[in-house]
Amino acid sequence: MSLRQKTTDLKKRMQGALQGGGEKAVEKQKATGKMTARERILAILDEGTFHEYDLFVEHAGKDFDMDKKYLPGDGVVTGTGNINGYPICIFAQDFTVAGGSLGYMHAKKITKIMDHAMKLKVPLIGINDSGGARIQEGVNSLAGYGEIFYRNTLASGVIPQISVILGPCAGGAVYSPALTDFVFVVDKISKMFITGPEVIKTVLGEDISMEDLGGARVHAEITGNAHFFSESESDCFEQIKKLVTFIPWNNSKKAEPFPSKHPKNKIFKIDDIFPTDSKKPYDVRKVIMAICDDSEFFEVQELFAANIVIGFARMDGQTVGFVANQPMVLAGVLDVDSSDKAARFIRFCDAFNIPLVTLVDLPGYLPGVDQEHAGVIRHGAKVLYAYSEATVPKITVILRKAYGGGYIAMCSNHLRADFVFAWPTAEIAVMGPEGAANIIFRSEILGSTNPEETRKKKIEEYKEKFANPYVAAAYGYVDAVVEPSKTREYIIHSLEIAAHKIEESPKKKHGIPPF
Amino acid sequence: MENDELEVAPEQPDYKPFVILEEVYQTLLTNKHLARKPYTPPNHKMIYSFIPGTIRKVFVKEGDKVKKGDKLLILEAMKMNNELTTLVNGKVKKIYCKTGEMVTKSQLLVEIA
Repeated sequence: MSLRQKTTDLKKRMQGALQGGGEKAVEKQKATGKMTARERILAILDEGTFHEYDLFVEHAGKDFDMDKKYLPGDGVVTGTGNINGYPICIFAQDFTVAGGSLGYMHAKKITKIMDHAMKLKVPLIGINDSGGARIQEGVNSLAGYGEIFYRNTLASGVIPQISVILGPCAGGAVYSPALTDFVFVVDKISKMFITGPEVIKTVLGEDISMEDLGGARVHAEITGNAHFFSESESDCFEQIKKLVTFIPWNNSKKAEPFPSKHPKNKIFKIDDIFPTDSKKPYDVRKVIMAICDDSEFFEVQELFAANIVIGFARMDGQTVGFVANQPMVLAGVLDVDSSDKAARFIRFCDAFNIPLVTLVDLPGYLPGVDQEHAGVIRHGAKVLYAYSEATVPKITVILRKAYGGGYIAMCSNHLRADFVFAWPTAEIAVMGPEGAANIIFRSEILGSTNPEETRKKKIEEYKEKFANPYVAAAYGYVDAVVEPSKTREYIIHSLEIAAHKIEESPKKKHGIPPF
Repeated sequence: MENDELEVAPEQPDYKPFVILEEVYQTLLTNKHLARKPYTPPNHKMIYSFIPGTIRKVFVKEGDKVKKGDKLLILEAMKMNNELTTLVNGKVKKIYCKTGEMVTKSQLLVEIA
């Protein structure tokens, strides 16, 4: 055969493999509003950068007449490419080929690209769209999942791992995304659960739709499994591209700097967005946007546990992770969900050299039987653990309330914040004035001729004396009391000063966080 | 950039009072918070199904005297025969289920007086 003939042969073979599950299956995929695996990869990566590998891999199933079947690429597309010039390893399960089911070679392709990502130290993106294990391949398919989970765990904290759920992801398959750093879901397309509605119906007699059991909204709002929610696949891809610009390629690098930009929203308009009365609500995201570069705040887990706000922004061109109590939702309390949400984000930032900026305004932990029984003790402890353990630059700004255990947990001086600033509106105290006055002056109040009057007087007295930043400042727990308009400058300066800090943790294999 | 005026939100969100340690805050409440179940102390005189399943056998009848640890019925669920026993001494006041009946979770099965 001449080179020409050989090339024609190659092209023919490629064409066969590139058709995926065939016209009919592709049509069916599109009818459900979904893109095909290759279309998705091309939509995420920079134009012309995708290079596919293992196109000619064939499945290894021998039983149940599987050896007579041809499954192009064994139902998964893998390769490398770029996003905004950043190198990326990527795989996408192809639902049109045997329902994207995971067999031995399918898993081999995924683990191979994962190994590449680890060796090259670049981010890994996995697009999940699969019916689950390929039953015909039996235990080999289970082995495949196990190999993936193991690699997810080893890669955790070394390279950023992103999971995109664009179809069903059920049973054991859900644990790969769960082990990764960021999970993207799309409304009406993503479905994640351990046991589906049918099993639940037969075993438990409970009727529930797939959407209500494990749809995108459920995971974005209730379970917290998802970090980014969008209405369409194309919106989802834009979110992924944006996220990649905020994070470094691996744990030995810093995120790429951008040109510094002033906030669009000027902080000296703070009066409009910030009530000094600590019982009044406001949107803390507006404060973040008044501080950060270009007022651009990229929020993570926006819909889950909205009483704490987490996300990425830039200060003087450098990526920082913001953690802020949200007084607008549940008064900004720490509870089971918000603790989980914040702790995980803090650990991500710490693992990937992203400085933390914490904005504090919380009344404390959420009281209630449901919270206590749901384990607010061990969940709340995660925040303490994550902040204490973090050695990236940690800057804290106390805006208003910082009461009790909440004050300690929100990256206080005691957990080794590098710098703690407070606004003049800050109230750093063991508890709110009303509660405190009722305890301290109980006998005085009850013994007086007009208890109501005395109570009010005592509350005012306490407020005057303790509901301010100066008591904490007098002990050096607050490094500086700053005007709101100077906040950005203080943060930028302290980030600069702390940029090269070296903080050694005691030598250990690993800590035992209250998971 | 010139000083952009911050747009003041046209409509105020539906803030609700929310009490933490005697302080009353104005804030939004989440669906999850609103959907939480109020706590009720356990009442051992009312026996509920802890899992959906089928009643395979009822050992007692109304009016029977029972003491702590006595078997009341078998609830089959997930291929397991679960023996439900009483945690209190008393008399069977009413039986709300019969053999062969499918029951949902948290359905009242037996009441003891």
